[in-house]
Amino acid sequence: MNVPMVHAEGVRKHFGKLEVLKGIDLTVERGQVCCLLGPSGSGKSTFLRCINHLDRVDGGKLAVDGDLVGYRQSGPRLHELREREVAARRRDIGMVFQRFNLFPHMTALENVMEAPVNVLGLPRTQAKDDAHELLARVGLGDRAGHYPAQLSGGQQQRVAIARALAMKPKLMLFDEPTSALDPELVGDVLDVMRRLAADGMTMVVVTHEIGFAREVADTAVFMDDGVVVEAGDPRHVLVDPGHERTRAFLSKVL
Amino acid sequence: MTTTTAPADIDRPAPEQLTIVPLRHYGRWIAALAAIAALMGVAGSLAKNDNLHWEIIGHFLFADLIFSGLVTTLWLTAASMALGLALGTLIAVMRLSSNPVLYGMSSLFVWFFRGTPLLVQIIFWGYAAALYKYVMIGIPFTDITFFQIETNSLLTPAVAALLALGLNEAAYASEIVRAGIQSVDTGQTEAAHSLGMQPALTMRRIVLPQAMRVIIPPMGNETINMLKMTALVSIISAHDLMSNIQAVYAQNYQVIPMLVVASLWYLALVTLLSVPQAWLERRYGRGTGRSGHVSPLRRMFAGALSRPARAKKDTKEAVR
Repeated sequence: MNVPMVHAEGVRKHFGKLEVLKGIDLTVERGQVCCLLGPSGSGKSTFLRCINHLDRVDGGKLAVDGDLVGYRQSGPRLHELREREVAARRRDIGMVFQRFNLFPHMTALENVMEAPVNVLGLPRTQAKDDAHELLARVGLGDRAGHYPAQLSGGQQQRVAIARALAMKPKLMLFDEPTSALDPELVGDVLDVMRRLAADGMTMVVVTHEIGFAREVADTAVFMDDGVVVEAGDPRHVLVDPGHERTRAFLSKVL
Repeated sequence: MTTTTAPADIDRPAPEQLTIVPLRHYGRWIAALAAIAALMGVAGSLAKNDNLHWEIIGHFLFADLIFSGLVTTLWLTAASMALGLALGTLIAVMRLSSNPVLYGMSSLFVWFFRGTPLLVQIIFWGYAAALYKYVMIGIPFTDITFFQIETNSLLTPAVAALLALGLNEAAYASEIVRAGIQSVDTGQTEAAHSLGMQPALTMRRIVLPQAMRVIIPPMGNETINMLKMTALVSIISAHDLMSNIQAVYAQNYQVIPMLVVASLWYLALVTLLSVPQAWLERRYGRGTGRSGHVSPLRRMFAGALSRPARAKKDTKEAVR
């Protein structure tokens, strides 16, 4: 049986009284790229954060590669997992943040080496070789010794992608990876993501880059006010949307 | 319409011929001279004052008794700070924990040790034997005892001083460390968690090293304070510098000269402490681009003595 990489059924999330996700159904198959679009406050980032349990799901079912996120099911009950178990499941889910969140006290190389050495227990020499290779892959082979503060936003974000890839994830989550970048730096980051998609990485991308979504995504999902308004082929959803709300959004961002 | 050709005017040199004249601060030089004159006046009057008995100060400044007191003061400071920082970090993490038991216990600790005078705590530890003659570890309400010792042989004045200073310091240090931890962006924790790092590892590898930048300056303050607060343990005769100074002036009645000896040594030690602090600040300032702080004094003299050198240094900084 082919288990989907991400499978969500009626996922709910609220912060206090505010309901942010009102029952999300979504499936991302292995090797697919899924782009989440929608106005700010629509819940797309929250849903992404739920996928690796940075935010806790309050209702419904959310599974990555067949494993429930943050819970263990026994009969009708969902038992919350221990920190150790949550951490173990997060290992093979990579995440890239809007504001990069590189570790500022470490060089680019040390950022990439950190988790393989301290989480996977890889020997330093091997982790170092891998990190050099990854930095070269994102076009920053010559910046290994630089601290984040000495890199441009686009370079920092590419280091962040290399850092996530160092754990050899089966799924990559991108939370508006280009929103904090100067316009001329967006292209380099999108190029890296394009190549990653072409290499067959399963990706869930929250983005405002309609062009990127059209070109790279297998599925485009338009969210508004905590629900999926429409989902499907990006050439359909993003070119000739069936829903009025999608059309209104697209006319604003394009 | 504006014209691009400059008018034929002798007073207007080409742009590349313009020299920049930095603002001259004549007032600063006058103030500096006045301050130096005043300081020299004070120093001169102190030097000529016979009531200070400089010969006694000179005689005791390097006396053996003073040195043995210095050694005690130094190790007591180092050990108390080590205990305070280690326990304080633990308490800070407990206070930030989502576990209500840990939070409650750590809050109680801070409340108590910050809320009672240090002098009282020192006396309490020094005279604990008056409260409990024996220290024993066993199972309550039974006769089973694993370990028993006389309080006085366990709590020697040195141990009592260390406990009093260390536990008190832990309460203050915990708040400094807590402030440091909270100053680190939550995105850092999220990034670490998303890489599969567990909370303890995240704290040790990601959060604490960044918190150090905020922690070190107030901890430097605490260390200086601690060095001088060790003087309080003279009340339980722990043979620190101050205890020995008191022992001397109790015999020779030269209170003021002996206090000058003590002050000179405390000043010297505090001065030395700024060296490791500067080193630590540089070490943990890595990657921030603001690691080096140039004092106004150095800027003033750099400006006066080597203007071109400063310009070169500035461009080097900018390139870095």
